[in-house]
Amino acid sequence: MSKISAMNKRTTQTLAENISKQVEHFSKKEVECLIREFNVLMAEQNNSGRAVHGLDRGKFISTLHSIFGLTDDRMTGRVFRTFDKDNDSVVSMKEWIDGLSVFLRGTLDEKIKYCFTVYDLNGDNAISREEMLHMLKGRLIRQPNEEDPDEGIKDLVEIILKKMDYDHDGKLSFEDFEKAVKDENLLLEAFGTCLPDFRVICNEKYCVKSPFYPLSVNVDF
Amino acid sequence: MGISLTRAAQWTMVSSSTAKLVSTPMNESLLKEILHFVEHFRSQYPQEAEHVFEEPLQWSTTLVASDFKTDYDISDSDVQSHERDSEGHPLLQLSPPTVYVRSFSQLSKLLHLAHDKKLAEVRACLEGKFESNLHPKQSNHQHSSITHRLNLFVLLVTLYSHPIMLNPKAVKNEVEILQVFCGGGDKGLLKSLRYTSDFEFSNGYRAPLWRQVQGDICYLVIEPCDTETLHITCSTAGIFLNGGIKQEGEENGYEQTSDTYEDLVTLLKSRSPHFAEKINQVEDLIVCLIKKSEAGLLYFRKTSAGALPGEPFSESSTESEEEEEQPYRHPETNTDLPSEYWQIQKLVKYLKDGDQIVTVHTLCAMMDFNLMQESCQMAIQDTGALKVLLNLLDTDEHKCEIGSLKILRTISHNSQIRRVIVDMRGVQSIVKILDSPVKELKALAAETIANVAKFRRARRNVRLYGGINKLVSLLDCLPNLASLTPSQEEDIEVACCGALALWSCSRSTKNKKAIRKAGGIPLLGRLLKSPLQKMLIPVVGTLQECASEESYRTDIQTLGMIKDLVRNLSSDNDELQMHCASAIFKCAEDKQTRDLVRKYKGLQPLVSLLHKADNKQLLAAATGAIWKCSISQENVTKFQEYKALEILVSLLTDQPEEVLVNVVGALGEFAQIPANKAAIREFGGIKPLVKLLTSPNQALLVNVTKAVGACATNKDNMVIIDQLDGIRLVWSLLKNPSADVQSSAAWALCACTENAEDAGETARSLIGGFQLIVKLLSSTNNEVLASICAAICKIAKDEENLAILTDFGVVPSLAKLTNTTDDRLRHHLADAIAQCCMWGSNRASFGEAGAVAPLVRYLKSKEGSVQRSTAMALYQLSRNPNNCITMHEKEVVQPLIHMMGSDDEELQEAAAGCVRSIRLLYMANRNAELFTFRN
Repeated sequence: MSKISAMNKRTTQTLAENISKQVEHFSKKEVECLIREFNVLMAEQNNSGRAVHGLDRGKFISTLHSIFGLTDDRMTGRVFRTFDKDNDSVVSMKEWIDGLSVFLRGTLDEKIKYCFTVYDLNGDNAISREEMLHMLKGRLIRQPNEEDPDEGIKDLVEIILKKMDYDHDGKLSFEDFEKAVKDENLLLEAFGTCLPDFRVICNEKYCVKSPFYPLSVNVDF
Repeated sequence: MGISLTRAAQWTMVSSSTAKLVSTPMNESLLKEILHFVEHFRSQYPQEAEHVFEEPLQWSTTLVASDFKTDYDISDSDVQSHERDSEGHPLLQLSPPTVYVRSFSQLSKLLHLAHDKKLAEVRACLEGKFESNLHPKQSNHQHSSITHRLNLFVLLVTLYSHPIMLNPKAVKNEVEILQVFCGGGDKGLLKSLRYTSDFEFSNGYRAPLWRQVQGDICYLVIEPCDTETLHITCSTAGIFLNGGIKQEGEENGYEQTSDTYEDLVTLLKSRSPHFAEKINQVEDLIVCLIKKSEAGLLYFRKTSAGALPGEPFSESSTESEEEEEQPYRHPETNTDLPSEYWQIQKLVKYLKDGDQIVTVHTLCAMMDFNLMQESCQMAIQDTGALKVLLNLLDTDEHKCEIGSLKILRTISHNSQIRRVIVDMRGVQSIVKILDSPVKELKALAAETIANVAKFRRARRNVRLYGGINKLVSLLDCLPNLASLTPSQEEDIEVACCGALALWSCSRSTKNKKAIRKAGGIPLLGRLLKSPLQKMLIPVVGTLQECASEESYRTDIQTLGMIKDLVRNLSSDNDELQMHCASAIFKCAEDKQTRDLVRKYKGLQPLVSLLHKADNKQLLAAATGAIWKCSISQENVTKFQEYKALEILVSLLTDQPEEVLVNVVGALGEFAQIPANKAAIREFGGIKPLVKLLTSPNQALLVNVTKAVGACATNKDNMVIIDQLDGIRLVWSLLKNPSADVQSSAAWALCACTENAEDAGETARSLIGGFQLIVKLLSSTNNEVLASICAAICKIAKDEENLAILTDFGVVPSLAKLTNTTDDRLRHHLADAIAQCCMWGSNRASFGEAGAVAPLVRYLKSKEGSVQRSTAMALYQLSRNPNNCITMHEKEVVQPLIHMMGSDDEELQEAAAGCVRSIRLLYMANRNAELFTFRN
């Protein structure tokens, strides 16, 4: 038994060494912690006998919910898709750690890229009017006297386009988005919360659970 | 005229962008009155007419270039006046059809040129656009500014045009206007003003009929803020004080007890220094109003009458510069508001209804408006957005908080919004954010506080909600590391904003104390080492603001900040230099600080700041620092090396008063060194100094008299001063209501009298001069008394003068003062008594007035100068036998014998002489007794 755990430990170390070379912002030691954490999550996951090599959508979203306080359904689904780079419907260990590096330590540029991917629903490298409309729908309390429930939102989308659509092509390209966010950092999560609140990172149980977990976090505010 | 007429002016709105004066008989007569006033303004009030407006009056004129004659540059259709302001801009400029006029003098000249079109021009001027760049397309503003402009003219007319023959209407108007400014504690012009009778006859008179025959119109009871209640008669012949008519019907009290004045304001000016000072401010304010249309007359009333009577705030001297709270102003109609207004209103709706994401978008969209523009600020306030913005601060959603603060920090430049923020308890929320772990939020909150805390209620709130401690803790950073991590850089940014906020807050005395208590001074001292100007300016600004407190001055010195202040004197930023200089100005009251400034080579940079003569604030601070530093003679010697004296003398002319006060103060210190007295003369400084003796500014007069006094000890200087009639000017300053000026003038008088050729005769030629001196002996201020005694001592050296002084009762007046315990006064009093003994029966009179016994007590004083002067006085007095008896009874011999053993020969001699007189009397007495016995 001790032999197995020792062997496990060695594999983890080698794995950590490999991943930490490929992923930014984390040291080998930190990656080791993350791997252990990942394994705990995997163990919690009800695999019902199937052999899986990553977190499925349900487990991932509930993890986002419980650990990072991300509760917006429209967004968590997109976050899963963004984490799941190879589109195989599970988030592998590598994908998990990769994603967390942006989540926890990402630079502004990395975060812009990440958020843009989340918001680009159809992956055409642009956020269209319709996509915005979809993401913003229901965020405005409807006044009883208004006929079209989405009128306010439509109007808001125009206001947003006026501000962010620098090349006036009626949609937000990555360049538009990047420029707008650099101009005003508040627009980073323009269409929905998809990054953890920094206070969650600093204080929540995620840190408590793994005592070696790095506490220092890059925050853009 | 006055308020009633303002109400009568009838305006109409013809189109959305212009307002017109309706053509009614009332308005016509009003226009004529204004025309008449403006036309004659130049000749009646030449000084006021030259005052340059900040913003020009502009309107479409019917005049063309050819109407203008000499005194104007004419090129094609454009015209510019030869007269220019200090920056070289013409005071009148015509580029058809618009004309810009920047002084009353030019306005009246223009009207003169307009001949028969005068009335039309006045009308156009009143209707003309006012500060058009600030209120585009906003008719309600336009409207208010026109009425406002009209008010101004009317006010000026009332203040300046006084009928020579009084009538009930004129009196009533003046009373009405003054009543507006009554009350409000020290800020008001007067405590109260009322008629003795509420009943008004149909002819407008209030005096009883039998007095009306004498010309009496009404009686007033006025309580000024600083002197006793005045009972005033207004009659057709003028205004004067009466014997005290409290109620109608009393028979006595109608007699005139003062000179006759042509109007109430003049009388009050002469009776109440407080009133005189305030009314001057009011007049200044009117000029300010010409450039500031906002909130109109109400602002004016508030500031002069005191917006917050009796509020228990303790504020520092700098308070006077700050804004007063203004009344709310709301647009009267919603028509013709700019499109921004509606756009913002729409955004506010989303702000109220949206979730966090929508809110952030709305806030960002709002930031894109020009929030410095008043229409946008008004929109935010009117639509209730301000409330939402403040609520967002309590949400804990830091993105919303950041967005909200970004807007608040900008719109809080508007004084009205600042007030609303405070009213809505916004300060509390903003202060709470200072605890946030997000550095950007802290910085934004501090920056917003810096803007909001421009008035005292806000500052008080910051303190009460614990903001000072939090702001001070923001200062904790390492400002002068060679390389910084991004996080350290953020800390510095936060510290900068914290310093900015503290700077605003430090205007209140209690906040200064709170900053100190929170340990702010060492932190400020550490930040002072920063190389960043944006950091240094608020830090030094705070320090210089706080240096009005003694404790800060000590700390600034002991914590080694003088060195850094001196270093930054050589910065390339004028504002920073100014704050450093003014911090040194305030701290250099202390000798050690003065020495430190010299040690760190701060004197040379101070002198070189004198070359920046264009920046008056900087100049005032630099000259102030030089003044205080020159109190140390070693510094004066250093200053000499840098040729400071010559530059200072050149600054005696054409400078604002705040510079002059300091320059003259410095010259007063420089002139303590004999060589400099001659140098001041050689550089031509005597004449401008003497000229400044006629200034109305009391702080300046104190310094001028001191400087003139110091210069007068040089014979050659004295000749010039005498030629310029300086003695008379100094003497007449004894009439000044300020005790500081009185004493300073009296000291100067000593020097002048001692050194002038025929001072005795000059003194006699001044009518009422001696009376004045004797009258001042009843002052309650010891410094005044001491200086007057010293002056009497010098003047009485001339026997004829002494005779006159005696006639005016100098002896009993001096005798009355003898009970004082102030050593400085005792010294000069004893000198004066000794000198006054030299005439007639004055020795006996002093004895009769009971001056001898108290003088004997002076001998117990530890002060050498008092002992000596007293011994001399006693010696003089002892030549009267009765005085000897009194002295003997009061046991004078013992201390005198002790003084005979002194090293001071004069004292020895005086003491011995006195004892001898007593002894001689005793001997004579004994001989007489023996003689009687024998017989």
